[in-house]
Amino acid sequence: MRRFVAHSARRRNNFTTCVLRHCTLPLRLWSSTSTSKPCYFSGSVASGGSASAPPLTLDTINPKVLKCEYAVLGETFILAQRLQQELKENPGSHPFNELLYCNIGNPHSLGQQPITFFREVLALCDHPVLLDRAETRGYFSADAVERALQILNQIPERATGAYSHTQGIKGLRDTIASGIEARDGYPADPNDIFLIDGASPAVHIIIQLLLRSEEDGILCPIPQYPLYSGSIALHGGSLVPYYLDEETEWGLEISELKNQLETEKSKGITVRALVVINPGNPTGQVLAESNQREIVDFCKNEGLVLIADEVYQENVYVPDKKFHSFKKVSQSMKYGMEDIPLVSLQSISKGYYGECGRRGGYMEVTGFCSEIREQIYKVASLDTCSNISGQILASLVMNPPKVGDDSYESFSSEKEAILSSLARRAKTLEDALNSLEGVTCNRAEGAMYLFPRIELPKKAIEAAKAVNTAPDAFYARCLLNATGIVVIPGCGFGQVPGQWHFRCTILPQEDKIPIVVSRLTEFHKAFMDEFRN
Amino acid sequence: MSKPLDYENLNENVKKCQYAVRGELYLRASELQKEGKKIIFTNVGNPHALGQKPLTFPRQVIALCQAPFLLDDPNVGLVFPADTIARAKHYLSLTSGGLGAYSDSRGIPGIRKEVAEFIERRDGYPSDPELIFLTDGASKGVMQILNAIIRSDRDGILVPVPQYPLYSATISLLGGSLVPYYLEETANWGLDIVNLRQSVAQARSQGKTVRAMVIINPGNPTGQCLSEANLKEVLKFCYENNLVLLGDEVYQQNIYQDERPFISARKVLMDMGGPISKELQLVSFHTVSKGYWGECGQRGGYFEMTNVSPKTVEEIYKVASISLSPNVPGQIFLGLMVSPPKPGDISYERFVRESKGVLESLRRRAQIMTDGFNSCRNVVCNFTEGAMYSFPQIRLPPKAIEAAKKAGKVPDVFYCLKLLEATGISTVPGSGFGQKDGVFHLRTTILPAEEDMPAIMASFKKFNDDFMEQYEDYRGYSRM
Repeated sequence: MRRFVAHSARRRNNFTTCVLRHCTLPLRLWSSTSTSKPCYFSGSVASGGSASAPPLTLDTINPKVLKCEYAVLGETFILAQRLQQELKENPGSHPFNELLYCNIGNPHSLGQQPITFFREVLALCDHPVLLDRAETRGYFSADAVERALQILNQIPERATGAYSHTQGIKGLRDTIASGIEARDGYPADPNDIFLIDGASPAVHIIIQLLLRSEEDGILCPIPQYPLYSGSIALHGGSLVPYYLDEETEWGLEISELKNQLETEKSKGITVRALVVINPGNPTGQVLAESNQREIVDFCKNEGLVLIADEVYQENVYVPDKKFHSFKKVSQSMKYGMEDIPLVSLQSISKGYYGECGRRGGYMEVTGFCSEIREQIYKVASLDTCSNISGQILASLVMNPPKVGDDSYESFSSEKEAILSSLARRAKTLEDALNSLEGVTCNRAEGAMYLFPRIELPKKAIEAAKAVNTAPDAFYARCLLNATGIVVIPGCGFGQVPGQWHFRCTILPQEDKIPIVVSRLTEFHKAFMDEFRN
Repeated sequence: MSKPLDYENLNENVKKCQYAVRGELYLRASELQKEGKKIIFTNVGNPHALGQKPLTFPRQVIALCQAPFLLDDPNVGLVFPADTIARAKHYLSLTSGGLGAYSDSRGIPGIRKEVAEFIERRDGYPSDPELIFLTDGASKGVMQILNAIIRSDRDGILVPVPQYPLYSATISLLGGSLVPYYLEETANWGLDIVNLRQSVAQARSQGKTVRAMVIINPGNPTGQCLSEANLKEVLKFCYENNLVLLGDEVYQQNIYQDERPFISARKVLMDMGGPISKELQLVSFHTVSKGYWGECGQRGGYFEMTNVSPKTVEEIYKVASISLSPNVPGQIFLGLMVSPPKPGDISYERFVRESKGVLESLRRRAQIMTDGFNSCRNVVCNFTEGAMYSFPQIRLPPKAIEAAKKAGKVPDVFYCLKLLEATGISTVPGSGFGQKDGVFHLRTTILPAEEDMPAIMASFKKFNDDFMEQYEDYRGYSRM
């Protein structure tokens, strides 16, 4: 079993380390599974292995590994896995007969169907023999066949099993660049594109380049997606928090950015970059264009790299907001491309396609000198290249069927159905959460999550303390044990100290939403009845 | 104001790390290719790029997994053999929502179980799926494990010279120290325990803590297959010196001689029994990219931990979880590789025919290349016992070395660039892998198609012998 950790938020302006707390299981349970003795290494030779502890133990593991955390697959998830196992072995052992996973943006695991056209093209590319015979070709739509042929012709030897160019197959990057151009109305250069195994490895590369020591910091939104905090800890840097304003629908204030920057400077931290997640995770807000322009100006004036996490760009649910890429925004301003060092991230895991298990995406790298681009290439090349299937999917996502294509109508209706369903589910859950006592929830303008705030009564906070758990983790655990609903406590994402939230996805299928709502409502009433002041 | 990210303010470790396989020669070759020159890429172990066909069985299975609607069609049995259909259904049932869902961060449990079963069949000892993590290619696994081990530049990792530069590059990137141990070319790239001890002693005298030892078996770029005795020595050495042994065994299917079949480090360890078998920490790596599968583009691999405590395994799991999960199609390829068609299965005969075809051809090509190099002036080449490479030694005349210096190039880079320009053959200079001072090599793969081999070797011989003619001092070496 994994060791549980629950974050506790530090005082404002001090969000650089996290306090690790153990779960409620007695500590002796952990120490009994330990096979290593404490070990203090010097340069001397140990004679015979049995006299000294093994070389790789908790005492000698890289301390940055110990420091980093990733709440999405943390405590609550592990408890859920255990309950799942118990239900399997002993049906009826819990007050629910199934778990309702609302903890992770993993649409296909909850029944969302893949986009047919994309899968047709992938199957044909994986097994081109299907293209050679009329009877097998007949299983696939004509434009899928055409697209597969086009893609295979861009791959030397049609070999989807071969390593490609480190940045990804050139023809696919050309397609993606055209897609970016169609999206933004400004040109994109295929040589700026690095296809990678999901957005996460791209973040690791950029952060590694930026962080020289603990004195280098990266501005991250609070609440944030914990890939950033995890990666910064792993690479030995400092996370510089900037708080999003819940009162103004998770607004991003430049004054807040400036304050945090100045505070860190005075502590001797060099702030190297600003991370913006748009649409936000876990907060779901979509930035207004004017806000984005302010952010670009801020980065330019302060000499920061802008890391634009735009993986939810196709998930916008409200008519009054629209996604604008930071690349487009900066190009529409007075700056030239070389003025704004910008890393734009896109992924195939989200949107309406939800192909998480593929590990695909790209980073578009603009505004850096050629030496840095070479370094980015060099670090990316250690892994040779990203998986080809994911590369192909990225090109399909950025260049889907168009009006007039054979598959256009079915593709459109699949896409529409998924997106409109997501919008409905977002609204239903938002309303349900807002109807709960002591709970307020901003609307999900985009992305896949709701991040409600709960006013926990004093009694609940004390009960949590008594079992050595953060209050929101305590709430999440009680919710899970009572209803089977899996959410992630807000401490995993960061929040203003003394406030409590949890992140809930909008992904359970529409027919499951009423159950989620009714169980949650019932549980919350009982919880408040028990702990009300 | 200086730019926010430029060479001066870049992470020093990034500056230090080098990876020649996709470095200068490759970039120059790509340039020339763009200009229309025919390039023979022998710089990377990338079989499908040189015409090797994928095995049919896994591609059929994966196509069905990609497009499960095919499984619903009543006529699917006319297009796909029944065992591929069954297998596709099997793997889809193991996923949490098809190929498009994140799996467990350690990999799909059912597939990790299949890997454990494969290891048990291969070695004769049980393996625990909980200690097996699937990764996006073996390289990611290597990086994860080294990241767990290296704390600072005072941590040293023993790495063979010559080595596959993933190790040197990753150690640089993570801020650790590479402690080299030299393989002995005249003893068929054998491991020398005396040299090993000296390397460790030297590192310790510099205040370093040597934490781990890497062995690549079969070797890359050197191709040698370690004997059981060799492996025993290595295991004992690691035990005595309190080192984690990292066993890179990605070429275990690529064996071209019969004297030394592949034997895994884990099997030897378990055979030894006693305290060492319960205490020595070992991490073994494998992949779908090599062998006779050659599915590099899928990015599928795994590492297996032996004698690593549950708490440490937890921490490694935690870091893996930040990247959510390895790619699912790659995991399925891995599952298929460790549990291929069995006798009696419909696809068995074809599968065996295709696999044997690849391996036998590789064996022939290994011989053609070794013989070809040995027929060239000033070139000496050990036989490729395994893996996918040939690593001939090129005895560069002093005049050539001078010319290289004048051109601002390392001597073997100079030679390889000239080879590239003259023949289109794109290799990797030996300096990218490490070699003894003053000794030069290049690495090429044995992967070009068999029918192209004679012409390629002839082209190389012509270039080499002309080069040697040009740069050899006609008075002979002894006069220098």
